[in-house]
Amino acid sequence: VLAVAVIVFREVLEAALIVGIVMAASYGIPRRERWIGAGLGAGILGSVVLALIAGQITAAFSGMGQELLNATILLLAVGMLAWHNLWMAQHGREMAIHARGVGEGIRAGSRPLTALAVIAASASLREGAETVLFITGIATSGQETVLSMALGALGGLAAGLAAGVTIYAGLLRVPLSKLFTVTAWMVLLLAAGLAAQAMGFLVQADLVPTLGDEMWDSSSLLSEGSLLGRVLHTLLGYNSRPMGVQLLAYLGTLLAIGAPMYWLARPRSPRLPVVAAASLILAANLAA
Amino acid sequence: MPNLPRRLLLLTAATFLATPALAQAPSFSTTVRNQAFDPAEITVPAGKKFELHITNADAAPIEFESHSLRREKIIPPGKTAIISIGPLKAGNYEFEDEFHPKARGQLIAK
Repeated sequence: VLAVAVIVFREVLEAALIVGIVMAASYGIPRRERWIGAGLGAGILGSVVLALIAGQITAAFSGMGQELLNATILLLAVGMLAWHNLWMAQHGREMAIHARGVGEGIRAGSRPLTALAVIAASASLREGAETVLFITGIATSGQETVLSMALGALGGLAAGLAAGVTIYAGLLRVPLSKLFTVTAWMVLLLAAGLAAQAMGFLVQADLVPTLGDEMWDSSSLLSEGSLLGRVLHTLLGYNSRPMGVQLLAYLGTLLAIGAPMYWLARPRSPRLPVVAAASLILAANLAA
Repeated sequence: MPNLPRRLLLLTAATFLATPALAQAPSFSTTVRNQAFDPAEITVPAGKKFELHITNADAAPIEFESHSLRREKIIPPGKTAIISIGPLKAGNYEFEDEFHPKARGQLIAK
């Protein structure tokens, strides 16, 4: 039972943490639960489909189908997290100032909701397919009774979900005026970490060079095998032995999302066009 | 989202794909049977890129996983997976089947 629970927990943990962060990052956006829920549902359904065609995926692209699929899903999530963060950088300030202004921002276009749904779907899809394969695997090998397997799977699932709920509840304790600043940073680091993970898959498929197989080794300090290592791996992209190309992707993503975020969120100085127009009118009047 | 660094990386990826250099990478194999790797210890060259071929001869899917190698791959029953590894520094690199953690082994890079 315990072995099954531990493995299911590991698979669920990353998805649960991501969804927890995204739920907090979209706090106050109407109908977000429905969209995130739909994304999760689609991801879980997709997992079953992926598990069914696992053989074909593994064989696809000269044996590199799995790596390409994983990298694609990860990069898609990175893109959506970026989108969410840039949208929030643009509208977040208004949202924090008068909390009910959110609805108006959303009416301008429901796009961030799509992003939320895709993030939830991609988070549940990758690990979900692994979980389905693992469970069907034990079911066919018959080493565990159905009851012990079901208990283990449910226990692991519950523990994983608890982690997601914990991070969500923890984030909601942040005062609303600071919440979106905190979640923007978390989403930014999450995106950078997922981009680095995607590079790992592309290296494994021999599609990108490592640019240095091991930039450092901090596994004796904190290994990804430990619970803390796993959590930080998801939250911050912690990697005890990063490859050069992963480091580059991490920093590149931080910069590619962080710079426009900073630019969009900075307080606008006296509106330039208005000032320019006013002074033109003034100058025209003076000249007349 | 415009993401220049990633595009550059993909471009580099395409360039590398186009070069036939990979064909010369040496390959090593291991098979999982009755939830054990055979061989469980594989000696590989240090400082050189190589391929690891892992065959799953069991009836259930396995997930080859190694934190030290930073690799993970699901292998459906009856299939062989190929993973590109290295160039590694000399040392021992443990791996396991995450779905059946009793199945373990290591690469010894010399």
